[in-house]
Amino acid sequence: MDILTPMETTALLLSLRVAGVAIALGLPVAVLAAWVLGRYSFPGKTLVDGLVHLPLVLPPVVTGYILLVTMGTKGVVGGWLYQTFGIKLIFTAEGASLAVAVTSFPLMVRAIRLSVEAIDGGLEAAARTLGAGPVDRFFTILLPLMAPGLLSGAIVAFAAAMGEFGAVITFVSNIPGQTQTLPLAIYAATQEPGGDAVAARLAAISFGVALIALMLSEFLAHRVRRLIGQT
Amino acid sequence: MLDLSIRQTLGAFALDIAFTAEERGVTALFGRSGSGKTSVINAIAGLTRPDAGHIRIGDTVFFDSALRIDVPVERRRIGYVFQDARLFPHMTVRSNLEFGLRRVPAADRRIAFGPVVELLGLGHLLDRRPRGLSGGEKQRVAFGRALLAQPRLLLMDEPMASLDAARKAEIMPYIERLRDEMNIPIVMVSHALDEVVRLATTMVLIGEGRVRAVGPVGTVMGRLDLSAVTGAQDAGAVLDLTVERHIPEDGLTVLAFDGGHLTVPRVERAPGASVRLHIHARDVIVALQQPVGVSVRNALAATVVEVAESGPSSADVRLAVGGSFLIARITRAAVRELDLTPGRPVVALVKGIAFEPGSTGAPAEGRRVVDV
Repeated sequence: MDILTPMETTALLLSLRVAGVAIALGLPVAVLAAWVLGRYSFPGKTLVDGLVHLPLVLPPVVTGYILLVTMGTKGVVGGWLYQTFGIKLIFTAEGASLAVAVTSFPLMVRAIRLSVEAIDGGLEAAARTLGAGPVDRFFTILLPLMAPGLLSGAIVAFAAAMGEFGAVITFVSNIPGQTQTLPLAIYAATQEPGGDAVAARLAAISFGVALIALMLSEFLAHRVRRLIGQT
Repeated sequence: MLDLSIRQTLGAFALDIAFTAEERGVTALFGRSGSGKTSVINAIAGLTRPDAGHIRIGDTVFFDSALRIDVPVERRRIGYVFQDARLFPHMTVRSNLEFGLRRVPAADRRIAFGPVVELLGLGHLLDRRPRGLSGGEKQRVAFGRALLAQPRLLLMDEPMASLDAARKAEIMPYIERLRDEMNIPIVMVSHALDEVVRLATTMVLIGEGRVRAVGPVGTVMGRLDLSAVTGAQDAGAVLDLTVERHIPEDGLTVLAFDGGHLTVPRVERAPGASVRLHIHARDVIVALQQPVGVSVRNALAATVVEVAESGPSSADVRLAVGGSFLIARITRAAVRELDLTPGRPVVALVKGIAFEPGSTGAPAEGRRVVDV
């Protein structure tokens, strides 16, 4: 590529991949959490709600540290994953995905839950009287009607995942080509003598990506609302 | 036959309802707002669960607390037309209509798409979204959607409550066609007497969570003890009559029933057609002899059946006219002076008749009382 240097391309593609994997894995879980939290009441709901939102209020460094302790090769979960499946999360792009998935998770749940709560429960009752069971109703009524919230939640979470710094650097360190996403590359550049120009170019790339994501979000949300008959 | 007996605690309010309804026709659950009518059909649909009792249609048990049977809503196949239509906003009218149909095995489909679309006049709406439809159109789509789910029973929760008089007049004939052309029993909740009089075959009067009366509309409406439940203003009897002949030169029609004849402004129905009239108690006058020199044309030989106080100065008199009943609201002073006691032969003068719009060819702009 002519416009971007190989180092910039690597960081950009890695960021997109890390954030993409994080959203792809986190979204189904976020939809499930939003559905359960938005539609049902059960004992311990406040606790679950709190746990879901925890990454939003915890310093990202703390989130990264908790991941390091539990998901590292000597951690409880991480050790088991490593020994049983040979999966290593620490110092890998997959680990970076996990870190940004955790920090962006509450953003997705919040946006989706709002749209779940906005769906008239009477529509589901109507679907029931027409013979639709729970799974049927989820896919034919709820999912299409929560699509705008799902979409905007996913895009906002994607943008936040692209920009996550603290949790990533704490959990998977700053390894070029492995775990060095755009913000980490900018940080590394500012630490080097004469790295200001590199940092400025990387910042401009981040700026562009964020802008495109926002415009895409607006455009798609508009299209989806028309598709589901809300405008 | 629908056989229902349920008990359910709703907050501070106890519902204790039992009735049976025929396999054909419209059963109207009538009562004031908050009397528990909607709770009854929600229990039939399975949307709420009674504390005890049973709900059966023919041999099919949907709920039985003693047998621990509670069939989930989605497997009951009981159609439900909600007050607010509840069309799926992200689907076209066609997809809405097909929603229930597609979930029924092909072998069980008796009601086909085309005839329902035609019956309800939905052909030009099929590709539209619910958002752009009028209230009456939405409700018609909701009827069609419920029908195409091949229900054993169709429930309607005040299907016209959210519509203005004109939209209501537009919807009523469709419900009449559903009643007359589809072989599906309908249970309808209503707090509007004109709807009940026009559409229902059986009337279940509900007050404070209890059944106050069950029976044919004319029988229930002819009872004096129920005016507190039906509403004092609307007290009056319902007569089922047939068109006997027209008198074109006077613009009149003669209607016959088992108690005699009524002459009314022209009814646009062929001789032999049946007509149902609601005769308000305040429009009936009681005389001791055939009057001479009065303008009222309808005088029927009647017998006093019972007298009940209906206000500080008024009384309702129930009159047997052949096998039917009329109610007259007169002053208590008149009751005393005319010595109206059970068994006394009198003449009932009918000076006004409430026509339900459309049912007799009367103008469709709303309900009206016609002087006769």
